Amino acid sequence: MSDSNKDSGDQAARNKKNTAYLGYWTLAWLVTMAVAAFAPKLVWDYATLPTILAVLVNLAVGFGMIMANKRHLQGFDEMQQKIFLDASALTLGVGLVCGLSYELLEDIKLIPFEPEISHLCILMCLTFMVGMIAGHRKYR
Amino acid sequence: MKNRLKVLRAERDWTQAKLATELKVSRQTVNAIEKGKFDPSLPLAFKAARLFGMSIEEIFQDE
Repeated sequence: MSDSNKDSGDQAARNKKNTAYLGYWTLAWLVTMAVAAFAPKLVWDYATLPTILAVLVNLAVGFGMIMANKRHLQGFDEMQQKIFLDASALTLGVGLVCGLSYELLEDIKLIPFEPEISHLCILMCLTFMVGMIAGHRKYR
Repeated sequence: MKNRLKVLRAERDWTQAKLATELKVSRQTVNAIEKGKFDPSLPLAFKAARLFGMSIEEIFQDE
């Protein structure tokens, strides 16, 4: 096997490993989020210490997920990184603009319910997906 | 930016996948560069120049 083939194989294996790590960290983050959200009510009746610990563990695992995502991104080549960066920039912009407007809607009594952060998360996920698809189509 | 990557690749009877392996990028990236849809970074352009034994200007031309 030539050096370049070996390097390419190593890179592909590394990317696969990074993707798997990101998946594990994301799953762990979801589990700790569920524990922090539901366990205080269902398991320890809002006791302060375990609730604080659950939130701290959730935050710590969240930072681990961010680092795993960073490592995942670093495994991409330059065009893949550009597509990812463009989609991230679009998501940040849409999230900020629409999030603040959504919050404003309730303040000025245009909607009768309180804005939910989950709606914003869904919007950001959909925006990121659209951004990634548009990026891949652009360079196809 | 125009480039001669496709011609140089064809002269060596290489596939896009083979060139991508040599340049350590994805096949999609090689395809986008060949079609002029994506401009490579300077390090990647140098890598391509070294691979084909040419100068950058002989491979990439500003439109």
